[in-house]
Amino acid sequence: MKRLSTTTILAALTLSSVLMTTPARSFTLEEFTFEDPASTQEFRDLTSKLRCLVCQNESLAGSQAGVAQDLRKEVYRLMQEGKSREEVIDFLVARYGDFVLYEPPLKPSTLVLWFGPFLFVGFGAYLLARTLQRKKAEPEQDLSEAERARLQQLLAKTGDQHD
Amino acid sequence: MNTSAKRALIPLGIFLALAALLFYGLQLDPRKIPSPLIDKPAPEFSLSDLKDPNQTLTRDILIGQVSLVNVWASWCPSCRQEHSELMRIAREYGVQVIGFNWKDTRPEALQMLQRYGDPYTVSLYDPDNQAGIDWGVYGAPETFIVDAEGIIRHKRVGPIDAQVWAEEIQPIVEQYRKGKS
Repeated sequence: MKRLSTTTILAALTLSSVLMTTPARSFTLEEFTFEDPASTQEFRDLTSKLRCLVCQNESLAGSQAGVAQDLRKEVYRLMQEGKSREEVIDFLVARYGDFVLYEPPLKPSTLVLWFGPFLFVGFGAYLLARTLQRKKAEPEQDLSEAERARLQQLLAKTGDQHD
Repeated sequence: MNTSAKRALIPLGIFLALAALLFYGLQLDPRKIPSPLIDKPAPEFSLSDLKDPNQTLTRDILIGQVSLVNVWASWCPSCRQEHSELMRIAREYGVQVIGFNWKDTRPEALQMLQRYGDPYTVSLYDPDNQAGIDWGVYGAPETFIVDAEGIIRHKRVGPIDAQVWAEEIQPIVEQYRKGKS
């Protein structure tokens, strides 16, 4: 009986803690509407290009984190004040760094990031071209009729061994 | 070694270099985002005192001595974890630790201080993440080192324990304390 009650209490506690940690309501973008539809679209577009810092793999538009909601409100407020897209981005970058952007800006410290892949592809293409060139340079040696027969013989033999 | 044998080692060399690079990448924590606020003046704020709602606290409380500004909340388990270490730092080293109570409620925050002690000279109360956004806060705990002129010198993301204090925080605090005298 005592065991049962402990289990029941545990189950109740687990259930209640699960229920309590679930957000009371989920955040949607519905509350962020503007007078003109273009601004609403701009808001959605902008927040989907900004990264949520807590969850990192989600955009600001899609994240359910509390901090993401705070930042959506902030972006909304700035846009209501008539701030341009660049001003909103500058505001966030000044506080959270380039990390809030999915697309890092082009500057000396990100040059490798932007152009490194092209460098690798270029190097690979060079190696490929060089190898092909060499292959071409040395003519393919055809086997004579006798060699061909010998090859068949050897292949048949190894085949037997594996069977 | 002849040249063709040496040449055969080139792919191995490239592989080892790449492996070393990727292995280094594994050690990095993607949750630690460098703050653009380092070496910049701490942002202005105007928040109420956690303990005294009628009292307004501003950036002025940071001027005059090196401070730790510790972002915390009662709902944050890591904050509870570092709490005793903050108590020790405030007691043993006499560092001004400013609490930055973040996205919390006043009763719950006060309850936590009552229960586990209060390491803070004073606690700012920011329930709606007003000042938090200006400080680039994205989680708790976070700790800023602010020098006597009110310039942010370092940001620690995650809890502080004795080792973090001794290796990461204390040297910077000492450096700016010396710089002042």
